[in-house]
Amino acid sequence: MIETTKHEPNTIYIKPSKGLAALNLRDLWVYRELIFFMVWRDVKVKYKQTLLGMAWAVIQPVMTMLIFTFLFDRVAKLPTEGIPYPVFSFTALLPWGLFVVALNQGSRSLVAHNNMVTKIYFPRLILPMSAVFSGLVDFAIAFVILVILMLYYHVTPAWNLLWTLPLFLLLAIVTALGVALWLSAINVQYRDVNQALPFLTQFWLFATPVAYSASVISEKWQVLYFLNPMAGVVNGFRWSLLGIGNGPDITLWVSTGISILIFISGLFYFRSMEKTFADTI
Amino acid sequence: MTTAISVKNIGKQYKIGAAESKFRYNMLRDVIVDTFSAPIRLAKAMIGKSDRRQNQNYVWALKDVSFDLEEGRVLGIVGRNGAGKSTLLKILSRVTEPTVGTVSVRGRVGSLLEVGTGFHPELTGRENIYMNGAILGMRRAEIDSKFDEIVDFSEVTQYIDTPVKRYSSGMYLRLAFAVAAHLEPEILVVDEVLAVGDAEFQKKCLGKMGDVAQQGRTVLFVSHNMSAILRLTQEAIVLNKGQMLMRGPTQEAVDFYLSSGQAQAGQRVWEAEDVPAASAPFRPTSLKVMNKSGKAVDTVRSTEPVTVEFEYQLDAPVTGLRVGMYLSTMRGEYVLTSFDTDAPDLFERFDSRKAGRYISRAEIPADIFNEGRYTIGVNASSFGVRRYFMDENAIAFNVDITGAPGTQWPEPRVGPVRPRLAWNIEKIGD
Repeated sequence: MIETTKHEPNTIYIKPSKGLAALNLRDLWVYRELIFFMVWRDVKVKYKQTLLGMAWAVIQPVMTMLIFTFLFDRVAKLPTEGIPYPVFSFTALLPWGLFVVALNQGSRSLVAHNNMVTKIYFPRLILPMSAVFSGLVDFAIAFVILVILMLYYHVTPAWNLLWTLPLFLLLAIVTALGVALWLSAINVQYRDVNQALPFLTQFWLFATPVAYSASVISEKWQVLYFLNPMAGVVNGFRWSLLGIGNGPDITLWVSTGISILIFISGLFYFRSMEKTFADTI
Repeated sequence: MTTAISVKNIGKQYKIGAAESKFRYNMLRDVIVDTFSAPIRLAKAMIGKSDRRQNQNYVWALKDVSFDLEEGRVLGIVGRNGAGKSTLLKILSRVTEPTVGTVSVRGRVGSLLEVGTGFHPELTGRENIYMNGAILGMRRAEIDSKFDEIVDFSEVTQYIDTPVKRYSSGMYLRLAFAVAAHLEPEILVVDEVLAVGDAEFQKKCLGKMGDVAQQGRTVLFVSHNMSAILRLTQEAIVLNKGQMLMRGPTQEAVDFYLSSGQAQAGQRVWEAEDVPAASAPFRPTSLKVMNKSGKAVDTVRSTEPVTVEFEYQLDAPVTGLRVGMYLSTMRGEYVLTSFDTDAPDLFERFDSRKAGRYISRAEIPADIFNEGRYTIGVNASSFGVRRYFMDENAIAFNVDITGAPGTQWPEPRVGPVRPRLAWNIEKIGD
């Protein structure tokens, strides 16, 4: 569409958007404080009127870890490449927890805030973004637990985690956000997403090397297995923190490629659906 | 003067009937077929080859609306329910996109479409001010600087650190409005917020809006309250079924609006599509204002009785139904409210009404009205249960005062009523 009007500062042009909408990152920047406030509100409200409060952020991953330890270590005796099972699984539960928050809160973020969506303007990207970012708070708390576990079990981290871990955390966020963008936008029109979420979460957990090691997957299925972007993230966390696994190889690049693909396509899908959110929600 | 808002040929199309067709199953077979074809439909919809377009009706909520508004002006928008007022405001505040046309808006748009959006019951008043301010597009520094003012305005100072779930609804509303009112955008969009809150607070809100206009900011104001529109705006546009019928000085526009929708003088007719689905089982068909000889007229004489006749259909039996009218002046001052089952005997006899067609007819005695134009609003409800239908400006009529008391003096008289009072003059001394 040819723009004939002279653009002036402070002037907003409202018109039907055609094709793939521009990302409009400038608006996102203008509203950056809203992301902060949304995350702050989520964290603040999450454990209100609970007896244990913030302790839940500790209890949830620790309980999962204990159950896994009992089932897969004591009963099934899965190989862990020489790492004590609690540390082995907890390392994976860190990014996995972040991902589950993104999957659940993120997918429901638009529908849950439908009064905001139908009443006022703000970049809608803020909703799934802040849902994912609020998962980072729980992540930070769980990270402290992991440090304690590693000290207790005398697991020495690999020296290069200082730069690899932030990169894998970024990859986890990109993956989580990408999936949240897709599902939240679809959920606006088809609430089937809500119904599919519990099953999807469970299925995805089994398809990701959280409770077990990725090395149990046979060689010929490896590349296929790593089409699951979370497999790359979890393996990366283990390699970075515990020094096990292969490090960056073809499987990581496959996973990373898929993550970026989901993220970019999610961003464009979200933006192209955004104009109809207020009408269809 | 610079143009603050320039609207060019905008239109907005909505799908209707999607939900209905989805649930209109007649046979089990349909249900089964639909269930099995659902994944296919989903897949088709996802890749954009939706077959929904064919079995859906589209409706233009707004069509071909154009206007320019200069900076510092206050524009009123009037129209019946479903006229497209809210859609227009939603487009201007960028909540939804127009289907066609363009709008250019100069400056920040603040909207009072819904106050208190984003308020969280678990957060305190203070926290909600920051949260809500951020949602409305305020910077933290901006909120900091206005914080005390907001709290003062809301009158909840002593509860500011209490979670808002403990607030009364009035307090909640005041706080919400206070945040929105202090946004200080270049353009303010207001939709019916004044309909809420107690009278005192409404006055304060109107005052605040007046201030905003005085400060040279542009205001768009939607309301059903004609007196508020008349007081606050210089100009108004009239929307009807998504189209802009006129734009003019507020008095003219309000006049036009109140007399529109009358198929013929003194008669208002509701077609099936004019009645919201939510009104069921109540369906209004016509409303007439008639003179002494039973003719529907636009102008009645003050010295003669006036008959108001409301015809409607009940598609199902209704218990406790009362049908009635609000009579008010053009300025929005109420003159009277009356319901068809006000009289105790009718109240008992029509405790429940069977399905069928009805007429509720009232005769307003002679010597009631002063000169001027009046509007009748109609209402059908079951007290304390549900309001079926309401149209606040269903019909308007003029009153001619020829022969009324005091017409020997050619001067206007204040007050909406002009009764023939039994004056008595006595000489009680020298």
